[in-house]
Amino acid sequence: MLWVDKYRPKTLDQVIVHQEIAENLKKLVTEQDCPHLLFYGPSGSGKKTLIMALLRQIFGTSAEKVKVENRTWKIDAGSRTIDLELTTLSSTNHVELSPSDVGFQDRYIVQEIIKEMAKNRPIDTKGKKGYKVLVLNEVDKLSREAQHSLRRTMEKYSASCRLILCCNSSSKVTEAIRSRCLNVRINAPKEEQIVKVLEFIGKKEGLQLPPGFAARIADKSNRSLRRAILSFETCRVQQYPFSSNQAIPPMDWEEYVSEICSDIMREQSPKRLFQVRGKLYELLINCIPPEIILKKLLSELLKKLDEELKHEVCHWAAYYEHRMRMGQKAIFHLEAFVAKFMSIYKAFLIATFG
Amino acid sequence: MPFWNIFSMLIPSCLRPELYKSMVLELNARDDRGINVVQTRIKDFAAVAVGSGQCQGIIEPLASRCAKFRFKPLSEEITSSRILHICNEEGLTLDAEALSTLSSISQGDLCRAITYLQGAARLFGSSISSKDLISVSGAIPQEVTEALYEACKSGDFDLANKEVNNIIAEGYPVSQILAQLFEVVVEADDLSNERKACMCKSLATADKCLIDGADEYLQLLDVASNTMRALCNMPQERYYDS
Repeated sequence: MLWVDKYRPKTLDQVIVHQEIAENLKKLVTEQDCPHLLFYGPSGSGKKTLIMALLRQIFGTSAEKVKVENRTWKIDAGSRTIDLELTTLSSTNHVELSPSDVGFQDRYIVQEIIKEMAKNRPIDTKGKKGYKVLVLNEVDKLSREAQHSLRRTMEKYSASCRLILCCNSSSKVTEAIRSRCLNVRINAPKEEQIVKVLEFIGKKEGLQLPPGFAARIADKSNRSLRRAILSFETCRVQQYPFSSNQAIPPMDWEEYVSEICSDIMREQSPKRLFQVRGKLYELLINCIPPEIILKKLLSELLKKLDEELKHEVCHWAAYYEHRMRMGQKAIFHLEAFVAKFMSIYKAFLIATFG
Repeated sequence: MPFWNIFSMLIPSCLRPELYKSMVLELNARDDRGINVVQTRIKDFAAVAVGSGQCQGIIEPLASRCAKFRFKPLSEEITSSRILHICNEEGLTLDAEALSTLSSISQGDLCRAITYLQGAARLFGSSISSKDLISVSGAIPQEVTEALYEACKSGDFDLANKEVNNIIAEGYPVSQILAQLFEVVVEADDLSNERKACMCKSLATADKCLIDGADEYLQLLDVASNTMRALCNMPQERYYDS
């Protein structure tokens, strides 16, 4: 089992990083009831962990016995029927799903399936918890229509169902939904906190950490705890006992992006653009999300550029990322950014050095 | 304006409560969208009450057949008295400062104000201060926006970039940051109107892009870069744009 899963805190008491939030959540559910919740924060900050721990706090260990189901729904949409396939993760008391997985038809999921689930009140013979919890992932990726349908569901069935929503950026969740939930912001852990967690894991695994080693991993992790733990484990596999100057291996794709960066800094020509296209395709084939590629490329470029060019390049990165979001084919926009950069940089070189 | 009030007013106006189920069909156009719902289900039914956020959204032929009731945004006194009523019923204590904070962060939206109040009551017990309310509402501390603004003033791109990264890592919603930055910009007295206009334009562009689903980091960085150029009197036009 990966360390990321092995050392994921199971209960709110075991949480190391967000202790204050965990305390608050515990208070929140003491009265056996809770409002709708919206968790938001960057990836690798611990949203999912806290949600799972919260469910356990509410329902006890039964929340951990989950089964994964791949279900198909037939939905009657007037003149035709639509088949929707969705993976759900459910226990007796909660159902977890990512409605945005079905793409543009996500509003049917909200209108039909979630409504159906919310309507059915769980029967409990012992007379406790007369409600169930629906955990929805990636609500920020839901279409506007789906979000608008969701808000009605939240009000109408609030007696029998609580929604826990989870997303990266709450800007993309409509105001109407945000105002109906208790918002819980989960910030990315600070580097000191990451170090603390790494040392905790090191101790549990019986590893000797050279001084400053955990700090170096934390520094490279971009404040993502998941990533820090993963690279910690990679280091362990590569070389143990650790040496104090052991290199922290960067991700393969990041290496690749910095390669692209030096390529386009060195030569600005249609031929180079063509070569870069191949590399961009390679990254896309390996399922690296295009906006992540663009952001990494920007950050690599920013390291090397002159002050005045930085403004320009960051503007165009924002411009092309927006276009990418509006369009269908990411490669066009990634390539457009590269071409734009080449033209700006060439003009700059000519203006400076003649 | 929020549906909440419009809807609660509709129900009692439609006959006696025990007949509510049989006499009233409640439909949410957003929810049960589609022309066939309008054609079939409503046809079987008679009177129709239409609730809407914006009057312009309803076509003229429909609007002319209805008696119209306009719902103004709730005034601060009404919101406050409602909140105090709830506090009374639930046994909560709320000082004057907290009350004014609540009405300012909820911007006249009673539904939101009540949600915040309930959240704060759950988390912090029956005595609620204005700080508790701010932490529940997800409003961003003013220092965060100030820090970004100062970083832009310094003219150091890397410093601003660091600040932007920090904001993203803390998980603050960027749309909110933009709104707060807008206030800072409008109120700044050491800026010419022209500069202010430039910055507002860049804020507006970024806001639209965010609504389209663009990346928060890149948009905020672009805004920071534009702000920096305006504050430090750097040239606004792009030099190497061919």
